[in-house]
Amino acid sequence: MVPDAEVRSYYDQPVLKAPVWRWPIPAYFFAGGLAGASATLALAARVAGNDRLARRALLNSAGAVLVSPVLLVEDLGRPGRFANMLRVLKPTSPMNTGAWLLAAMGPAAVGAAASELTGVARGPGRALECASGALGPLLATYTAVLVSDTAVPAWHEAGRELPFVFASGAAASAGAAAVLLTPGPEAAPARRLALFAALAELAGTRIMERRLGPEAGAPYGGGGRAARLSRWAAALTAGGAALMAAGRRRRTLEVAGAATLLAGAAVERFAVVQAGTESALEPRATVAPQRRRLSGAARPGARGQLGAGAQPGAGAQRGEETRPSPA
Amino acid sequence: MNEHGPRVGFFTDTSVCIGCKACEVACKEWNGVPEDGLDFRATSYDNTGMLGANSWRHVAFVEQARPVPSGDGGGSGVRWLMSSDVCKHCTRAACLDVCPTGALFRSEFGTVVVQADVCNGCGYCVPACPFGVIDQRKDDGRAWKCTFCYDRLGAGLEPACAQACPTDSIQFGPLDELRARAARRVSRLQEQGTAEARLYGHDQGDGVGGAGAFFLLLDDPEVYGLPPDPVVTTRDLAGMWRAAAAAALSLAAGVAAVFAGSRR
Ligand code: SF4
Repeated sequence: MVPDAEVRSYYDQPVLKAPVWRWPIPAYFFAGGLAGASATLALAARVAGNDRLARRALLNSAGAVLVSPVLLVEDLGRPGRFANMLRVLKPTSPMNTGAWLLAAMGPAAVGAAASELTGVARGPGRALECASGALGPLLATYTAVLVSDTAVPAWHEAGRELPFVFASGAAASAGAAAVLLTPGPEAAPARRLALFAALAELAGTRIMERRLGPEAGAPYGGGGRAARLSRWAAALTAGGAALMAAGRRRRTLEVAGAATLLAGAAVERFAVVQAGTESALEPRATVAPQRRRLSGAARPGARGQLGAGAQPGAGAQRGEETRPSPA
Repeated sequence: MNEHGPRVGFFTDTSVCIGCKACEVACKEWNGVPEDGLDFRATSYDNTGMLGANSWRHVAFVEQARPVPSGDGGGSGVRWLMSSDVCKHCTRAACLDVCPTGALFRSEFGTVVVQADVCNGCGYCVPACPFGVIDQRKDDGRAWKCTFCYDRLGAGLEPACAQACPTDSIQFGPLDELRARAARRVSRLQEQGTAEARLYGHDQGDGVGGAGAFFLLLDDPEVYGLPPDPVVTTRDLAGMWRAAAAAALSLAAGVAAVFAGSRR
């Protein structure tokens, strides 16, 4: 590892621009995850013959999917132009892919829920239920690709782990939300989902933070805002899971646990977004790995490994020449 | 890469930059870019700070204490590095790749331009750019950056900054010609004893496929606030989608698994 003092910069100014996304974006990451995993939970419950749970999960999905575009539009610099995302199909842009995904998921989940509530058009309603259940896992995970597909080290370098963090957070949210609406034995699968997913979320988050290492993962260590949010998220998730586990026969405990679990998943999204901001503003997080990559590659022109993944040469030291001290 | 003539570029030779900021002023005047605040940063003569929505050229001032030859055999002094930074108009441009509306596009000159009337202000291009160039204008919500004077190119003129530069530090022309000229310039400087002269952004094998705006620098790129080995983030997009697909499948499998045994 190159010590910080050796990493040079332009008066400590950031190399990257910090993301401009405000609170609606992490809130949408949470809502989209809840909507997606709830739709899948509804479909699985239906297949298992648990119609009561299917109905509640479907309602959760429809509710969350209705909130999602509101959040997205709220954050746009030009809200009136939201529909511009749907004028092109652009596979290189995960945000574009996501807009189409949401455009398909929204009507499916809402239509399925409407049919469920009114009893009208049950056949098409079931078809929409299947569609939303199938799209759900993608809606819950594409947002991880969205943030990883940036130059921000804490996001880009987490490209492999972040989808699992978001998927488990979404599953925990869907389970917890279904338990909130569904007292009694029919909620047992949702309860199991919430507990297992909460454990997976806790483990996935720790693995992600560990693998990011001291440079890209810097925002998650120390006493900054992202680190505090991440610790809150872990505490809420663990506490919520414990309460739910303890509350199997006490509805109040269970409700409190489910709500706490939902809060944990939401705060985790805010932690990830905040970590991106802090990472972008830290020039060393950008410069140090790139500098190591260059000294590992030796000859100029010897690093045309496009498409080979972003792993830097293993800890190669720079310093083959003496350089003037930084300004 | 296009049928409308050769791809154009900027070659910014920082070894002759005098830090006059004529480029910054000409850019603002021609493009009607709002003022960006005059911050005295107490670090150098730089009162622009960095590129942004309202600064499409930025002259960096690097003040370095270092040994300099003097009459009686040597001593220490200060060397100034000045460099006019700009959007790199990447061959593989992350901003353009991630833009969900198609507002960012590749022009017939090979440059990267934002169509202001299509941009919906989603802000995705901002953290995507590996050089920290493009940014959102707070008051109107849209993303802005250097257009390479798209309007002037269309009229057969060179960009305002290049025309205003009094020392020809900013050179405009067909990219191939500029690359050849830059190669000659850097070897001449090295022969003359400026061993630290190096090109930045000229290599088509780099992580952004080579920049349309490239530089001759006299120190490491990071000293000027430039990333030493930028990579277009979408290079790794397929791997990210694979991970997301695996996570999505795990989610579906997990949801199915919790119903095991509960079938009635
Ligand atoms: S430097 Fe940044 S803003 Fe300019 S073309 Fe490259 S990615 Fe886009």
